[in-house]
Order: sequence, then structure tokens, then C-alpha cells
Amino acid sequence: MLRFLLGRLGLLIPTFIGVTLVAFFFIRLLPGDPLELLAGERGIDPARKAELMAQMGFDQPMWKQYFDYVVGIFHGDLGTSFASKKPVLVEFMTLFPATAELALCAIILAVCLGIPAGIFAAVKRGSVADQAIMGTALVGYSMPIFWWGLLLIILFSGILQWTPVSGRISLMFFFPQVTGFMLIDSLLSGEKGAFLSAVRHLILPSIVLATIPLAVIARQTRSAMLEVLGEDYVRTARAKGLTRRAALWRHAVRNALIPVVTIMGLQFSFLLAGTIIIENVFYLPGLGRLIFQAIAQHDLIVVKDMVMLLAAAVIVVNFIVDLLYALLDPRLRGGRHVE
Amino acid sequence: MWSEAWQEYWTRGRGSIAFVFGLAITVLLVAVALLSLVWTPYAVDAIDIPAKLQGPSAAHWLGTDQFGRDVLSRLMAGAVNSLAVSLVAVGIGAGLGVPLGALAAARRGLVEEVVMRFNDFTFAFPALLSAVMITAILGPGAVNSIIAIGIFNIPVFARLTRGAALSLWKRDFVLAARVAGKGRTRITVEHILPNIASLLIVQMTIQFALAILAEAGLSYLGLGTQPPAPSWGKMLNEAQTLMYLAPQMAIIPGLAIMITVLGLNLLGDGLRDLLDPRLRRER
Repeated sequence: MLRFLLGRLGLLIPTFIGVTLVAFFFIRLLPGDPLELLAGERGIDPARKAELMAQMGFDQPMWKQYFDYVVGIFHGDLGTSFASKKPVLVEFMTLFPATAELALCAIILAVCLGIPAGIFAAVKRGSVADQAIMGTALVGYSMPIFWWGLLLIILFSGILQWTPVSGRISLMFFFPQVTGFMLIDSLLSGEKGAFLSAVRHLILPSIVLATIPLAVIARQTRSAMLEVLGEDYVRTARAKGLTRRAALWRHAVRNALIPVVTIMGLQFSFLLAGTIIIENVFYLPGLGRLIFQAIAQHDLIVVKDMVMLLAAAVIVVNFIVDLLYALLDPRLRGGRHVE
Repeated sequence: MWSEAWQEYWTRGRGSIAFVFGLAITVLLVAVALLSLVWTPYAVDAIDIPAKLQGPSAAHWLGTDQFGRDVLSRLMAGAVNSLAVSLVAVGIGAGLGVPLGALAAARRGLVEEVVMRFNDFTFAFPALLSAVMITAILGPGAVNSIIAIGIFNIPVFARLTRGAALSLWKRDFVLAARVAGKGRTRITVEHILPNIASLLIVQMTIQFALAILAEAGLSYLGLGTQPPAPSWGKMLNEAQTLMYLAPQMAIIPGLAIMITVLGLNLLGDGLRDLLDPRLRRER
């Protein structure tokens, strides 16, 4: 296991270096330079530009700039936003909980509904239920999520008026941010109705963001289950007298879920990208909104660092998924026997 | 020999509902897009303010938008945009990814290592996020969204090609070709690529569907095709502020995107079932 762990860690480092290189050269490869882009049509006074270049370290040789950048990353210093003048890391930390909360709720929803749906469809293979589930999954998989969001807003917020259109909590509630996760903070605040308000704000964005991962997980679970159900050990389990239900849960499902874990890891990357769109549909103050605003304001330092941080998050999640995979599938650990 | 194989696929394909539906939707879409190049009910950019925000009627089958432009005409022209962007983007992905993957499988060693590490870290960037980043640097527009979507198709094809090619390099007929004195490039072109063609076609269909979604997403965010050129994503973006006043404006372009993507996914699923007998049994 240790060897496997070190091997995966070894792969992580070049990938991370690649990510920092891409993020770093991202703004250096621009036609013109970031300052002129920021100044826009008004232009910038050459003396002032030279001053700012020196201040931001842009006058240094390229390798030195990259070195400083990487050293900065390890010190938690990612640079300062052109627009808000706040350190990028501070902005990231302030808004990350909102995005993480949304992504977590979406993945929980997708897993809790997708896995049972996939298992059910596999067990009832060929039935009307199977076809209905897989048909729905295919539609969900083909859904442009921003459109799906708009449709749900029109129906639930507009016509039925069950949920609010935007934001994270009703303006009636004021309480200090403790964790940044609105669901937890609203509970901690003890204010009556705050938690319910947070749930009502989060439910539509979570459903919309969960749609594609849910469809993918359901499809993947079904096909993994079908593969496992045809295996000899499931037949053996039945032959030695296990009930259909016991063979299904103790042998088939456990094994079928292994590849599903990988899919969940891959979906995380999708979820992060999806939040950009969803936060813009529902006007949620998260990283997606921040990136989008930074693009609009030509605040490339923020865009670059956000992409780098999100890519790092994807790398870490994929690493964790690899470890989980190894824990679930003893064959990957190499040499160690299963109890 | 090829035509016989395709003949057989076609006979089997006609029996698959997914394949038939997917093919029908895709053909219809391409036909509509081509038709829009020569004819649309109204001029795509014809503004008619008195007739703005109308619901569907005999004059305007799908209604009009906030400038009184005919939604059906814009939808038809938008199909060209969606198809063109996605086609070129997938073309870039396959055009660069397949040779890279084939090279990695044929050369192994350092070349393979470099290609695969490149793949790993491209995968680390969430594709849509990076497309947003690229269009942010290069500026919004259809060409830049093609580049952005295309780049993230490269590793998908490289990985698929390498994986499939590696298993082929161990097969007897490839060994026989090597014994016969054929070089790596010739073997790749003559034996490896024809044998993974079906796999690549299926993947292209799937990537095509994803590219349509990505293009619509970028245009929706205002980073893709720029107005006044019609694009489905942009139409949705414009509809967002008017969604209570004229919900059909939000519903129709989204439906077009969904049906297109659904058609391509059905086609991809159907093709995969047809071309891969092993998967067909599992389903």
C-alpha cells in the first residue's frame, strides 16, 4: 500500500508542476501585457506602467518570476486581485465554502439517487422500469444545465413560487459566518427558519448541478452491476444457498461500486466547472461568480489563480479517489492478501 | 470488405431503436442547418420591433424575440453555428489526439511517458473552466471557443487511441506485419488505425455532443459566438432576463440544444452497441 501511495504521490508532483506552469504562462503569453489589457482603451502612462511592472515583479526575468510564483504558492501568497486589491487567497477562502457546499450537496444527491437507480435498473434489466430509468438518465445526460436551471426557476420560483430565485439565504437573516457553509451556519445561528431558508435557496441549484453526475452514475452503476451479476462468484454465492437479496448486496453491489468510485472522482471535475455556470444562473456568490466577474474586469491574476487552485483541487480529489480505489480493490495494492 | 462490414452494421442498426432515433435526429439537424444556409422563413437579423416578444403564431411558428426577430430563423441559423464549432473542435481533438496516442503506443518509452503526462495534467483542468480561461485570454468569439473546446478534446482521443492501440500491438497480425518488415508508421496506418476506427467514431459522436453543450455554455456566458450572429447559447442568455415575460424564448433554444445532444448521445450509444459486440451483450 505504501509503495502504491508513494507511486501515486510521485505522479502528483509533475502534474502539479505542469499546472503551475500553465497557470503562470497563461498571462505571460498574452498579446500585449496584463497591465495594458487591464487599462483597456484608456491606455496607461509609461512611467506609471513601469512603476506597476516593478511593483508586481513583471520586470524580472521569466524564470525568476516563475520561481517567485511557485515560492509564493507554498507560502500561501498568490498575488493580489487587480480589481478588489484583496489577496487572491483571501477571496478564494471567502467564496470557496459557497461553491463547495453546492458541489457537495450536488454530489450527495447524485450518489444517493444514482446508485440505487442504477442497481434497480440492472436487477430489473429489460423491464419497463429499467428502460424508464435509463431513458431518463440519457435525457439528464444530454441536458444543458443552464437551460435546465432556467426551466426550474420559471416553474418553481416563477409559477409555483416555492423557492427563491437567487442568493444563499433570505435577507431577513443576519448571522456571523462561522464555517462559510450556509446550511451549518444557519443551524449554528439558532435563528428560527434560517436553516429552512438556506435549504430552499440551495435546493434548485443542487438539483440542477446534480443532474448530469446523477445520470452518469446511474448509467455506470447499471453497467457495472450487469457485468458483476454475470460473474461466477455471484452464481457461486447463490449456489451455496444465499438468497437473491444477500447475493446481490453482499457480493454484487460491493464489487460493482468499485468502478463507480472512479466515475465520482471524474464527476468532481465536472461539478467544479458546472458551478461556474450554475452560480451565474442562480446569482450565487461563489468561485464561479468570482471567476466570471474577474474575466469581465480583465482581472487575469484572479482568473489564473482560480484556475490553478481549482485544478489543484481536482488533482487532490483524483488522488483521494485513487487511494479509495486501492482500498476497495485489494488487487491494486499489490502483494497484500485480503482477509 | 469494408462495404460488406458496413452493410452488416446497417442491417443490424435498423433494429436498434437508439441508433435509428439518434441517426434520424442528427440527419434532421444537419438538414435544417444546411437548409438555413440557403433559406430561412425570415432574414436572420431582420428586426421588427412592433412584433417583438410574440408567442408562436402562423406568421412566426416559434414566436419572436425582444427585437421582433423570428425565433425559428435564428434557431435554424444557430444550428449551423453549433454544428460548425463542434465539428471543428472535435476535428482538432481527433486530428491531434489520435496521432499522439498512436505515436505513444508505437514508440513507447520516453515519448509515451511525455504524451501521457501531458494528458494527465490537461485532465486536471476542468474542461469547461479551462475553455472559459482560454476565451478569457484570447477574447470571446466563435473561433476562440473552437480552440478552447478543441484543446480539451486532444487528451481524450490520445488516451483512447493509445489504450486501444497498445492491445493491438500485441496481436498476432501486427507481429506478422512486423516480421514482414513493415515499419511502425506503416503498421499504424495500415493495421492499427483501421482496427480502432469504430472505437474512434463512437468517441467522436460522444465528444461532438459534449462540444455542442460546451459551445452553448460558453455562448450562454457571453464568451462564445458574439451577437448579432445567432447561437443557441446566446439566445438562452438573452432569454434569461425575459423568462417570465416570454418563457418560450428560454424554452425553445434549450430544447433545440437538448434534442441535438440527445440525438448524438443516442447515436453514440447505438453505434457502440453495434460496433462492440461485447458491450451489446452486457446491455
